[in-house]
Amino acid sequence: MSDVKVKEVLFGPIFTNNPIALQILGVCSALAVTTSMQLSIVMGLAVAFVCGMSNLLISLIRSQIPSTIRIIVQMTIIASLVIVVDQILRAYAYEMSKQLSVFVGLIITNCIVMGRAEAFAMQNKPGISFLDGVGNGLGYLVLLIAVAFFRELFGAGKLFGIEILATVNDGGWYVPNGLLLLPPSAFFIIGLLIWALRGWKKDQVEAADFKISAHTVKEAF
Amino acid sequence: MSNKETTSKTLIVAFLLCIVCSIVVSASVILLKPIQEKNKALNLKSNILAAAGLLVDDATAEEIENLFLTIKPLLVDLDTGEYVDPGIVGKEAALDYDQRKASKDPALSSVIDGSEDIASIKRRVKYAKVYLVEAKGKIETIILPVSGYGLWSTLHGFLALEGDANTIVGLGFYEHAETPGLGGEVDNPRWKAFWPGKKVYNLEKGDDPVIALVKGAVDKTRANAIYSIDGLSGATLTSRGVTNLVQYWTGEQGFKKYLNRLRKGV
Repeated sequence: MSDVKVKEVLFGPIFTNNPIALQILGVCSALAVTTSMQLSIVMGLAVAFVCGMSNLLISLIRSQIPSTIRIIVQMTIIASLVIVVDQILRAYAYEMSKQLSVFVGLIITNCIVMGRAEAFAMQNKPGISFLDGVGNGLGYLVLLIAVAFFRELFGAGKLFGIEILATVNDGGWYVPNGLLLLPPSAFFIIGLLIWALRGWKKDQVEAADFKISAHTVKEAF
Repeated sequence: MSNKETTSKTLIVAFLLCIVCSIVVSASVILLKPIQEKNKALNLKSNILAAAGLLVDDATAEEIENLFLTIKPLLVDLDTGEYVDPGIVGKEAALDYDQRKASKDPALSSVIDGSEDIASIKRRVKYAKVYLVEAKGKIETIILPVSGYGLWSTLHGFLALEGDANTIVGLGFYEHAETPGLGGEVDNPRWKAFWPGKKVYNLEKGDDPVIALVKGAVDKTRANAIYSIDGLSGATLTSRGVTNLVQYWTGEQGFKKYLNRLRKGV
C-alpha cells in the first residue's frame, strides 16, 4: 500500500468523504449523544475502535466467509466488539457509560460500521481495512465534536462541563437555548454543517434530481 | 483455496465464529464484573450520601467509603413500621440485604393489588431498608430507597427526609433509562435543587403524602407551593412517574407507618 493511499483512506473520511455529512449515515446516534463534548468524544472513540477492529477482523477472514452468511458473520463480529466496548466502559468509565446508556449498545446498528465492513473490508487487505475503519470512525468523531460544540456551548453555556457563558440560572447573563439540548437541534446543526462543507468542497454537491423547466404557458391576464 | 460456498463450509464458519465470539464476550463480561460491581456499589453509596446532602464534590472512593461509615442501615417492617432484626431475612447486617432481589422473592414480597400499585412496581417487599444519619442520639436524616416506573424504565433512587420525617432533604436516582435530555433530566442538579425544603405531608390535613410534580414552574405564592415541585419539561410521563413513586413510597404501602412512628418519637 502506498503512502498516498494510506493518507486518503485514513483522513479522507474526515472532510472529503465524511460518513455523516456526505453519506448521511449514523445520524441517529449523532442526535442522541451530542449534548456534551465529553460524551461525543467517548462515543466517537468507541465507534472508531469498533469500526477499525471489525474491519480488521472481517478483512482477515474475508476469503473464508461464505457469501450466503456474510452479513450475519459481520453482524456477529460487530456485536461482540460492541459488547466488549460496553463492558470496558462500564468498568473503567462508569459515569460516562451511565450517560451514554443504550447508545453504546446501539453502535451495533450504526450503519457506518456495517457499511465499511461490507463495502471495504470484504475486498481489501487487513491493514488498509483497519485504517479505513479508524478513518471513518474519526470522521464520525469530528462531526460529533463539531455538533456538540454548538449544542453544549449555546445550549448549556459550557464546554467539557466548564462554564464558558455564565447562564441566567447560575446568576449570569446568558439565556441558554433549550432547543439545542433536544435532539431536533442536531438535525439543524448537521444540516448547516453539510451546507457549509459543500460550500467549501463543491464536488460534494449532488446533481439535482430534476430541473424545473422554463415557464411556457401564458397566464390568463 | 477450497470452494467456500458449500453447505458444510458455511456451517463450519458459522460454528467457529460463534464459539470465538462467545468466548470473547463472556471473557470480557466475567473479567470485568468485579470492577463493575465495585463501581455500582460505590455509585449506590455516593447516591445515598448525595440524597442526604453529605457528599462533597469530587469525593474519592476512599472518602465515600469513610463518609458512608457514619450512616446506619436498618431494616423496617413496612406493615408495622417497626425495626426488625436483619436475621429475619437471613442476613447478618442490614447493609447486606438486597431489597431489589427480595422484591422478586415470593417469601419476602407479595403482589401489589393493581389499584394500589401507583408506582407500577408489581411486587411489594415486606421489609425495606432505611439509612439513618444520627447526631447526638437524634435522627438527623432518614434516607429511604424509592423506585417506580417512569416512561421507559423503573427509576431507582433515594429520598432523604429530615428528622421531622416530613421535610425533604433531597431526591436522587442512581439507575434509570429515561430519555436523555428529557426524562433523563431527573439527574440534573438544577432540577434536584427544587426538592430540598419541600414537604411530603400536609400534617394538618392527615398523613397521606401530598407532594407532587406540577406542570411548569411552581407558583410560589400558592398555598400548596411547599408540596409542589417543578415538572420536567418535555417529560410528562417521567414527571408523573416520579410523583407516583414518591407518593407510593411515602404512602400506605410504603413507609407511612414507619414515618408516623418516627414523628411520634417511638
